[in-house]
Amino acid sequence: MADPAVEKSPAEIVSEGQHNKDFKPPELTGEIGAPPVRDGMIVKGVTSAIKPHMAKPEIQSKLGFPETLVDNWEEVAVRKLGELLERYKSLQVYLDICVRCGSCTDKCQFYLGSSDPNNMPVARAELLRRVYKRYFTTEGRIFGKMAGAQKLDLGVLSDWYAYFHQCSQCRRCSVFCPYGIDTAEISMAAREIMDSIGLGQQYVNAILGKVHEIGNNLGMNPKALAATLESTEEDLEEETGQKIRLPLDEEGAEVLMVTPSADFFASPHVESLLGYAKVFHQAGISWTLSTAASEAGNFGMFIGNYSQMRKVASRVGVAIREMKTKRLVVGECGHAWRIAYSFWNTLIGPFDTLDPKYPAPQHICEFTLDLVKRGAIKLDKSANDEFTVTFHDSCNVARGSAMGDRPGGQFTIPRELIKASCSRFVDMDKDTIREKTFCCGGGGGLLTDEIMQIRVQGAMPRVQALNSVMQSDGVNFMALICAICKAQLTKVLPKYGIPVSVAGGVHQLVGRAIELGAKA
Amino acid sequence: MSFEFAGKTYETDDDGYLVNLDDWSQDVASYIAEMEGVDMTEAHWEVVNFLRDYYQEYNIAPAIKILIKEMKKMFGPEKGNSAYLYDLYPAGPALQACKIAGLPKPTGCV
Repeated sequence: MADPAVEKSPAEIVSEGQHNKDFKPPELTGEIGAPPVRDGMIVKGVTSAIKPHMAKPEIQSKLGFPETLVDNWEEVAVRKLGELLERYKSLQVYLDICVRCGSCTDKCQFYLGSSDPNNMPVARAELLRRVYKRYFTTEGRIFGKMAGAQKLDLGVLSDWYAYFHQCSQCRRCSVFCPYGIDTAEISMAAREIMDSIGLGQQYVNAILGKVHEIGNNLGMNPKALAATLESTEEDLEEETGQKIRLPLDEEGAEVLMVTPSADFFASPHVESLLGYAKVFHQAGISWTLSTAASEAGNFGMFIGNYSQMRKVASRVGVAIREMKTKRLVVGECGHAWRIAYSFWNTLIGPFDTLDPKYPAPQHICEFTLDLVKRGAIKLDKSANDEFTVTFHDSCNVARGSAMGDRPGGQFTIPRELIKASCSRFVDMDKDTIREKTFCCGGGGGLLTDEIMQIRVQGAMPRVQALNSVMQSDGVNFMALICAICKAQLTKVLPKYGIPVSVAGGVHQLVGRAIELGAKA
Repeated sequence: MSFEFAGKTYETDDDGYLVNLDDWSQDVASYIAEMEGVDMTEAHWEVVNFLRDYYQEYNIAPAIKILIKEMKKMFGPEKGNSAYLYDLYPAGPALQACKIAGLPKPTGCV
């Protein structure tokens, strides 16, 4: 235990949180609404002590960030904010334009689940907006607090560290904002500023270091990856009686498959990996995974750092060149698909070596559905008769990308594929799906155990909507297309008394339903 | 962070996982298990020993399917499943078994 007589350093004051393991999950009342205003129920700052571990010096230095909070942090932070305002005009617009209409207040899952008004999107943005006013607007410089301006002091920085790590950058609030203010971008900017003064987040920054050093978020080295895939091939053969491959680094394959490393390692993720393998096998399309690009995820986005994002993405460019593949397909990973669909072209494109007949990149759901529609693979729905299925739209897929060649394809394609794989499909409440989907509560770099309380609280709206269709329609499987959603929900659902087995992948269903063997 | 055990200081990460693989011993493992509220039986040790052997060779914990497959070999088909794994380590293989085995905490989207 720390000696109370020893004075805490500024870094400790800002980053030290309380990690309460005995919290109670929010009650599932049947309604998703703003927390009631009752004495003691709405307390500003009630989650201000929920903070992630601060990144260790050796983790920070690997990414080129200061090792710990620098002495002149106020000056450096303000300078960094100035740079970001120059670079991203959108950020300045978002900071200038809010009229405090209140539309966003009850739209964030972290506010709905935690009741802390600082988790209202407008209040979260205000943490940065007040500092912006103080240093970058005339009225803020002259009138200070009267103009809603606030000096960046340790208290403010402490709130930044807490609340910008209680935002999963899911962008639900932006759907309801009449001006389209994107709080995710504000939260990314705040994290970028914090990294620039040495105040990093351990979970995200350690993982970025592992990608650079070893090649993927898990830190699974090439030898371990090869052995894992080999063992999984044995499992596939035992299950199906067929030699279904998980090819690694096979130059000249038609398709390069880039998927989250969790697919190689964890449950239920791996079930989707088996699904992809069966699809490629049965369609007779050669494919390969790659050690260079053994990770679809890209946590550079979560910390708003363009050069990190580019560096992580560049591994995919290397793999395309080395493997000389003609197509590029992305596995079930939400934020990876946003980056792939929206940013890869400028980060690592143009993809002029790929076959222009196919979308580059292409989502695995679109790839598989196309095969189903063309009759290249057949799905036997009865294999999933034990399930009544619903679909959770992942935030980054729903609001940060598209899919296929029609508007809204990111909503219809996964649903069509699920419906082709099972007999009973039920959507959750219309206000909790498609572009209005709630985040699972673990996105944006929040998937770390010391902040489990806010993860559980943030999951409440999604779990509530799921629970409703479980009660009304007997839903017992929620199909997912994101490694973070899978990891988060398998941890969080049991805390609400819902079995782990309810969470699984879309290609888990496909893998069970696909008819293998000779084609009719 | 660190903890004291039998007169020695053991360095850990912020979540209580041993930082140095070589600091591990059966006694230290028993102590961590006690902190975790896990009563170590022979089956618990077999899982821990496999995790350590695998880590020595591959520098990472085994994938869940590999661990389950090994458990099938160790305990037979009836206990070679994730339900039995969670019986042994209720907080999960990553959170508890790796911690007791002195391995770093697996992180990523897992």
